[in-house]
This record gives sequence, C-alpha cells and structure tokens, in this order.
Amino acid sequence: MGEPARLLDSGEIRRAVTRIAHEILERNKGAARVVLVGIAARGDDLARRLATEIARIEDHQVPVGVLDITFYRDDIGMRAEAPEVHETRIPFDITGRRVVLVDDVLFTGRTIRAALDALVDFGRPQAIQLAVLVDRGHRELPIRADFVGKNVPTRMDEDVRVLLREVDGEDGVVVVEKGETREREPA
Amino acid sequence: MIKHLLSINQLSDRDILRILDTAESFREVGTRVIKKVPALRGRTVVNLFFENSTRTRISFELAAKRLSADVINFSTSGSSVSKGESLKDTALTLQAMGADAIVIRHASSGAPHTLSRWVSASVLNAGDGTHEHPTQALLDLFTIREHIPSFEGLRIAIVGDVRHSRVARSLTFAMRIMGGEVTLVGPPTLIPPEAAGWGAEVSHDLDAVLPKLDVCYMLRVQRERQRQQYFPSVREYSRLFGLTRSRVRGLPEHALIMHPGPMNRGVEIASDVADLPRAVISDQVTNGIAVRMSLLYLVLGGGRASSSEEDSERSEPEVA
Repeated sequence: MGEPARLLDSGEIRRAVTRIAHEILERNKGAARVVLVGIAARGDDLARRLATEIARIEDHQVPVGVLDITFYRDDIGMRAEAPEVHETRIPFDITGRRVVLVDDVLFTGRTIRAALDALVDFGRPQAIQLAVLVDRGHRELPIRADFVGKNVPTRMDEDVRVLLREVDGEDGVVVVEKGETREREPA
Repeated sequence: MIKHLLSINQLSDRDILRILDTAESFREVGTRVIKKVPALRGRTVVNLFFENSTRTRISFELAAKRLSADVINFSTSGSSVSKGESLKDTALTLQAMGADAIVIRHASSGAPHTLSRWVSASVLNAGDGTHEHPTQALLDLFTIREHIPSFEGLRIAIVGDVRHSRVARSLTFAMRIMGGEVTLVGPPTLIPPEAAGWGAEVSHDLDAVLPKLDVCYMLRVQRERQRQQYFPSVREYSRLFGLTRSRVRGLPEHALIMHPGPMNRGVEIASDVADLPRAVISDQVTNGIAVRMSLLYLVLGGGRASSSEEDSERSEPEVA
C-alpha cells in the first residue's frame, strides 16, 4: 500500500473535539457532575483534550481518569502472549457522577463492554456515556456511542489508526490495510 | 513469555522488567474498593505445599483469587501425600482434575522442575529446598524499585544464613541480571563455597559493608543451625551480624532495610530497627500479592492450546 488514506486532519480533529465538548455540556446540562475516563492508550489523551475544551467553554475543570481494560478482555488466553497491561488511574470517586468514557475508535464494541465492567468495579455512576473520535462500524455487541467525531464506513480488512501528537507527534486519522506494521502492540 | 517459573536464571532483564511493570498495574487493583479483576476467570490454580508456609501460600491464594481464578489448596498434612502418594501421582491427579497452574513449595531442590515435566499445567516455584524462591526475589526487586528507580549499580548486602537460603540465591541471581552489585555477608560457615560463582562479593564484616549500601537485606536465622554448629550462640551471631540501631547509623540515609519474613526480632534484626520507616518489610508483603498476580497473569494469560486464531485476529484492532 502507498500513502494511507487520511480521514481527518489535525484541524478536523480539533473541531471534532470542540463540538463533542459542547455536546457533552449540553447533554449533561453543564459540567458540574461530569467526569471523563479515557481508555488507554489514546483515549486518555483525547479525554484530557476534551477536559481542556470544557474548561475553556465552561470555566470548570472536570476530573480526568485513565482506564486500562486489559484485565476485563474477553480474549485473555486466546492469544500466544498475555495482552500487555497499561496504567489505570481513576483518582476520584465515580459514584453518582456522569462518566463519559472516551476512546479513539469504536469498532466491535468489545473494548467498551470491558470498560463498562471495569467501571462498575470503581463505583456506581449515575450514568455512563460514550465519546469516540471515529466510529468505523462493524459492531459485534449492542453498543453505541453518544458522541461521535466522525462516522466512517470501513471494510473489515482495513485498520483505522488515530494519531495524536501526545504519543505520535502529529494529529490525524488514517485508514491502512490490515497487517501493516503498527507502532504499538494492540492491548 | 514464559510457561513456568522455576528459577530466576531462566529470566532475562526484559522479562523481569515486564513482570515488575505488570505488577504495577496489579498494585493499583489492590487499592480499589473491589480488589478483583476477571482476568483469569475459569482457570484453576493449585497451591501444592509440601512444606509449611502460611505466608507464601496465602499470598499466592490471594493473588489467584484477585484474578478470579479458582484456587485449591493442597498441603501435605491431611492429604494423600502423608499416605505415601508420590509427587508424580499427586501431579497426575492434579493434571487429571484440570489444574491450569500449580504453585509448588517442596523441601527438595529441583522438585518444581521435575513436576513441570509431568504436567501440562504451568508450574510456579514457591520455594524448593535450598535452591530458589524466585517470586520472593521478584517482589523484593519490585519493592526496591519503589524507592530506587534503577538497579544498575545498585548495592545490596544479603546478610545471614546464605548457605541455607533459597531467598539469597534467587535475589543474588536477580540482582546480577539487573546489573546490581551484591555482597553476601555472614560467618564463613554460613556462606556456601559456590557463592564465588554467583558473581557476588563475600564479606564477613557487616560493619565494613554498611556505609556503601543502597539496600541491607537481612535473612532469617534458624535457631536449629546453632545446634548444627554453624555458629556458637544466637547471642554471638546477633552481636556480629544482627542489624541493631547502632549499625543502622552506619547505613547511608537513603538505604532500605528488608527482610523476607518471618523475622526473629532481636536476633538478625533489632525490634526497633524492624519498625523504622526505611524498613520496608510490610511493603514487601503487600507487593508480594501484586507480583504474584503479575506472574499468574503472564503465565496463564497467554495461549491455550485450543485458541481461535481467527477470533482474536478479528477483535484485535478495536481492542487496541
């Protein structure tokens, strides 16, 4: 494959994050009870960007946590290696709060299923909502996003990659053929 | 990564770092209200203890339970082992019952290794004779790393009955793999002749060693060794090799004091020394659970024979 097809450039990502921030505030009637929990890796960076936007719009700093769903995956023991583990840090009580889960790409829905199981081990939120930068379809579970940056029809044999300057040095969303080298292990 | 954990020497420095890094995440689990994750749901872990060790068994048991595995405790008293069943028959019985991992403590060096050849389950060595106790060494490294970020050039003394200590062997090997400098300290009778081949220094003068240390690791001294004439009296031992308050003054400010437990307060370590803030002995116990969770997860979280390649392939990108 040559140059990967670019779905979103950095300006589009920035505008999508701003719009989602507005939508979160609208849906939750302000930021008072909202907390953001990003799914590692990249979901946490997006969550921090959303928090920055919300602070700019509403002058209110919402707490941001990071959640690693590895221990809740449904395919542990089905691969050659145990999936690599990332950090989980939710330094606030989620009970009674409106938790917005944040991830980069929504695909089969299995990550979100795992994240829901993980979150309820931390407390009993009043509501859990889902924000994603890209929804690429092909759901295998009855899960949908409340806030979507962009809906992108894809083929199963394609891979959607979100690049963020915090980890990748640049912003962008690209589609590549599956099996091309990845910069990180899927976790 | 690894199927069994029989000896520290089977691990590379990268393996050890992966175990410690994974353990960091499990330590976080231990701080939650619900200290349990479903990672090993449906797996069976057997604790097969031919020697008494309540602490190690409980630590492994808690580790397995916090991973949602089913745990069976099989100890010698009251089992068919006391009726003369051989290790092999016990192993085959556990195999037939579908054990996924067997944690074994045995008085004979090499028993875990032998067991691993008989069963398809993963075998974790929880102490074998005077050979090794690898999970203790790994939890010690984890505890050290909480305070001292790099093992490269780190200076540790392991003090006491090195000869009979599987902890001393495993910890020496682990520190050497990670680039640390080990000094084994004790009376000549309690330092084994082969220690020269471990890549460690040997000293019989604790006071001379103290000022350069980052970690002072005290081993438990068993009183029966006195009857076996390894040292003349407990009192003399403790005067020469016990970590007293005045010896602590010889340690650098930052140096940690460690002990694998259970302690003989007043023998190898003075009671007030064991309670100093820099004595991280209870942290070692807490961290033991996270490190054992990490090992069980890494050993059992990998492939099962009947894995569905296609399924895992399909869900891969989104689970990223």
